[in-house]
Amino acid sequence: MSPAMLGLLLDAFLETLVMVGISSALSAVLGLPLGVVLVATSPGHIRENAIVNRVLGAVVNAGRSTPFIILLVAIIPFTRLVVGTSIGTAAAVVPLTIAAIPFVARLAEAALREVDPGLIEAAQSMGATPLQIVLKVLVPEALPGLVAAITITVVTLIGYSAMAGAVGGGGLGDLGIRYGYQRFLPEVMLAVVIVLIALVQVVQSVGDRLARRLNKRLLRSQQPSA
Amino acid sequence: MIELRDLTKTFQTEGGPVRVLKGISLTVQKSEVFGVIGRSGAGKSTLVRCINLLERPTSGQVIVAGQEITALRGRALRQARHSIGMIFQHFNLLSSRTALENVALALELAGRSRRAARAAAAPLLELVGLADKRGRYPAELSGGEKQRVGIARALASEPAVLLCDEATSALDPETTQSILALLRDINRKLGLTVVLITHEMQVIKEICDRVAVLEHGEIAEMGPVFDVFTAPTAEVTRRFVRDLVDRELPANLVARLNARPELGGNPVLRIVFRGPSAHSPVVAEVVRQFGILLNILQATVDYIQGAPYGNVIVEAIGGEQDVARAIDFIRGKDLKVEVLGHVAGDARAVA
Ligand SMILES: Nc1ncnc2c1ncn2[C@@H]1O[C@H](COP(=O)(O)OP(=O)(O)O)[C@@H](O)[C@H]1O
Ligand SMILES: [Mg+2]
Repeated sequence: MSPAMLGLLLDAFLETLVMVGISSALSAVLGLPLGVVLVATSPGHIRENAIVNRVLGAVVNAGRSTPFIILLVAIIPFTRLVVGTSIGTAAAVVPLTIAAIPFVARLAEAALREVDPGLIEAAQSMGATPLQIVLKVLVPEALPGLVAAITITVVTLIGYSAMAGAVGGGGLGDLGIRYGYQRFLPEVMLAVVIVLIALVQVVQSVGDRLARRLNKRLLRSQQPSA
Repeated sequence: MIELRDLTKTFQTEGGPVRVLKGISLTVQKSEVFGVIGRSGAGKSTLVRCINLLERPTSGQVIVAGQEITALRGRALRQARHSIGMIFQHFNLLSSRTALENVALALELAGRSRRAARAAAAPLLELVGLADKRGRYPAELSGGEKQRVGIARALASEPAVLLCDEATSALDPETTQSILALLRDINRKLGLTVVLITHEMQVIKEICDRVAVLEHGEIAEMGPVFDVFTAPTAEVTRRFVRDLVDRELPANLVARLNARPELGGNPVLRIVFRGPSAHSPVVAEVVRQFGILLNILQATVDYIQGAPYGNVIVEAIGGEQDVARAIDFIRGKDLKVEVLGHVAGDARAVA
């Protein structure tokens, strides 16, 4: 592969990192609280509220059942409103974030639901407010699960970002399509695929390690060292 | 210190309403260790959870330290809960926090900063004998140690009352003893009022001053542990006491015992001594006066709340009339006699 090509590959890689990084962070910031609300308002939980729970549940389901490629196109007006353009890396962040929020919310909900109800009860018996229960019991106890949820989200966003690239978002997907496919440079396609695979591997193993480290339910001898 | 007035709780379930508590009224004195015993499903947990309103009673009142808890909601209720500690069968410690941090949690929830809470938590761990385990996570502690952390956590907000829901039921007998001793110690040292829920008579006998026997959501019997234990009136209580005492019956006797007198054999009697008569030589008197033999199969003297309580099991060997008169004589001494069954007379008796 020529040095010029390598340069393009590096640029594309950085664009992917930016797209995935920003959309992961945003979707975590918005999706995790949504997951908390979904759990807390569910029947028998700390802030049971059937209406809120059902409405949010329906919105989240709608978001999750819309194919990403359709979402990408459908929200172009919204994307323009937010970033001023519908083309480029910044523009790609918007649909990626929108797609990932309900994804994060559902995964977070599942992780938070795993927390032993006895712990919530103990906190209530100590006079905890619902917010204290969320911050001091639910989130810390579900942390390994939440980290796993974010890891899955990042991996998914890496895949989605390649799709976003194909509609002008830049990044590795864009490079693969334009050079590898349209100009028929199979070595570029191969390089793109290898970089994507490596990226996913790194993200997954870092996430797994972190989740295990945070899991104090395991004895220290079972945790990864250093 | 705690007063329950005509407490009822009905759960609405898919199969219709379930009445779990049917009008419970009782008073727990300050600094008392009050036991509630009952079989599984009797409503014990529901009862204790109604005291701190983890479960809101359907009707009736809960009054703790002069304050009507059932009238409180929101912030006022949470405030009141700081003065009612609770420990649980499965400890309910946060796995993500060390022993020290778990105790500190109670103080953080009461509004202290993380640092102040940790500083205040250390002496509590010391009180329960876990000063050297402060940095351990629950996964690295034994069941007994976890319950000690639970106790320290419950005491952190300096409550007037400690509720214990089957606090020793997940522990082995030896650890149970040590946790009960700790609770007793704290009760004496801090003057804490303790409400203890259990399905084991052994636990009640060990540390409670008074006991209520709960059956089908109603109080079947209530009174000082010694009285309830040595002279049970309700059938459930009798079964609890029997379970406890019979656990100590020798297996070979149980195997030989038959409940049908028409099969013949010598009656096996349980003589229960309590109070002053525990010290009089009744057995010797009976043997002399009625010319029968009492073959002692087992004898134990227990001390409940410091008062002697003797249990003697004998095989009565002699004429039917003599044995009947002997039983009457013992009963006249204000002792209890119960015919457990009959055993086939062994060769020695026949001869
Ligand atoms: N939230 C609930 N909904 C419906 N039924 C309940 C609920 N909690 C307890 N019960 C029922 O109440 C009865 C008493 O339960 P509990 O107080 O836990 O008894 P115990 O602690 O004496 O074993 C049981 O039959 C149980 O099924
Ligand atoms: Mg129970």
